[in-house]
Amino acid sequence: MLVHSPRARLAVQAAFFALFLPVFALPFLVIVAASLATGWSGAFPSGATLDHYRAVTHGDALDALTTSVLTAVAASAAALVTGTWAALAARGTRARRVVDLLFVLPVAVPSVVVGLSLLVAFSKPPFLLNGTPAIVVLAHTILVTAFAYQSVAAALDRLDPACEQAAASLGAGPLRVLVQVKLPLLLPSLSAAAGLCFALSMGELSATMMLYPPDWLPLPVKVFASTDRGALFPGAALAVVLMVTTLLALFAVSRIRTKAAYR
Amino acid sequence: MSTGIRFDGVSVAYGGNTVLESFGLTVEPGEFMALLGPSGSGKTTALRAVAGFVRPTAGRVFIGDRDVTDLPPHRRGIGMVVQQYALFPHMKVDANVAFGLKARKAPRSEIAARVAEALEMTGMSAYAGRYPRELSGGQQQRVAVARALAVRPGVLLLDEPLSALDAQLRSGMLAELARLHRELPDVSMLYVTHDQIEALTLADRIAVMDGGRLQDCGTPQDLYRRPGTAFTASFVGGANLLPVTVADGGGVHLGGTRLDVAAGGAAAGAPATLCVRPHLVGLGEGPNALRGTVAEVQWRGATHRLCVDVAGHRVTADLRELRETPPLGTEVTVHFAAHDAVLLPAGAGGGEGRG
Repeated sequence: MLVHSPRARLAVQAAFFALFLPVFALPFLVIVAASLATGWSGAFPSGATLDHYRAVTHGDALDALTTSVLTAVAASAAALVTGTWAALAARGTRARRVVDLLFVLPVAVPSVVVGLSLLVAFSKPPFLLNGTPAIVVLAHTILVTAFAYQSVAAALDRLDPACEQAAASLGAGPLRVLVQVKLPLLLPSLSAAAGLCFALSMGELSATMMLYPPDWLPLPVKVFASTDRGALFPGAALAVVLMVTTLLALFAVSRIRTKAAYR
Repeated sequence: MSTGIRFDGVSVAYGGNTVLESFGLTVEPGEFMALLGPSGSGKTTALRAVAGFVRPTAGRVFIGDRDVTDLPPHRRGIGMVVQQYALFPHMKVDANVAFGLKARKAPRSEIAARVAEALEMTGMSAYAGRYPRELSGGQQQRVAVARALAVRPGVLLLDEPLSALDAQLRSGMLAELARLHRELPDVSMLYVTHDQIEALTLADRIAVMDGGRLQDCGTPQDLYRRPGTAFTASFVGGANLLPVTVADGGGVHLGGTRLDVAAGGAAAGAPATLCVRPHLVGLGEGPNALRGTVAEVQWRGATHRLCVDVAGHRVTADLRELRETPPLGTEVTVHFAAHDAVLLPAGAGGGEGRG
């Protein structure tokens, strides 16, 4: 322990909360307060209302939420499959470094660039995805696969080969070893990766802005559009809904992870 | 079904580094063969070549009459137990044991009975519903043995199975493994260990390995009483090795001392290595007396280990606990009986200097 004396420790903790609470927690509290307010001209919001939330429960806003969740689920699933597959395939081969680099690329370049590149690449037949929901899902998949790949590759590095080898010696073919031994042992990191992918996809804005078709409008775009035209409080309500949905998904995933953490 | 194992000139190299060189060994059907050697001697590599986890650069591996060199591990029909147990942590004990049976497509109706039988054999029936993490190391290793035996393999590979257990558990498991070997006369066992006690206790034959090569192979009694090489003599039972020259008319010379040892057919004047077990060396006057100074005294409970410098050579004697230990530096006499010594031709097996 770096600080030993109880009093000094208390002081350090107080300093920590004094510095970090305003930065991390306060903005979220402000959003929650704003989403419940009718106006905010002084130091505190004025007038409590649930109108903004009532608006979320139907119409465009609800569609946007559904769109976001569907996109995030599809993108996370695709990213998880692709990332896991790639990590399994690249494990212990010379191509490992190349694959590592390839998957980190979408994170290294700005996501606006990813959006633009997809727009350019898929706007002409035979690869005409522009204007379809598929291009949004594709963009999200590309952006989040990096995290799925890295998470699974790191877990595979730590995985003791003894279990797979024991399974193989008992007569299990590669597929059985994968499904019954390797994937269950990877489940904790797979679920962590799923949560991360879902959260990132739920919040993705910059690439989505360039690509979304009018009938597939994810929630972050809606939040942006709403605040952009000055409707701050409805925007805050949308943001709270986005936040709560993501947190719920993360919570569900962490439940799976706890159950899957055998050792 | 009884199947042996045959290594036919097997070499293994990792990235240009040869760890097993032209290894030839036959394990007879139903035999318990121990591969004994220090770490880095290639013994585990040899076992992994049978299991299929390393690919030989040269030579063939046979299980029974089948050349398995190019077969993947899951087609080899082996059972394997490793040092770190390698139980599937997400499956209960019974599911662990059933895994191999399901993988080998055993009839569903048989599986439960055979799982019960395997757990019974290793005394783990009461733990069928537990997860591996809820078991002690010794219990986990029993489950691992049950899992390997449930598939009724012709060949059981054991890679230092007792090394992770504490001393008391180890001696219990030694007895268990010896019993399993008696109860399963058809299963050939290949047992990798660096512990000579395990090898001497369990094995029908021991293959002594060093530096990626087979140094010696024989029954435990042979290797212990009549080692063929200096390496075997020192590694199996830690013998005293003394450089001597064969004297005229029988006997040998150690420095200026003449010792009465059967020289066999060795020519007079030839260099040789005299090999005597520490526990066969006595303190005081006697036949083949050697004078020297006490260099070290270790108390080991039931015995005292005395290291005596005799003409520049270290002689170790394991003596029944002494009332009074000689102070360091005093002059003492040690002796050994002629029939307790073995004379090795100098350079036998090329293992000298490794000790």
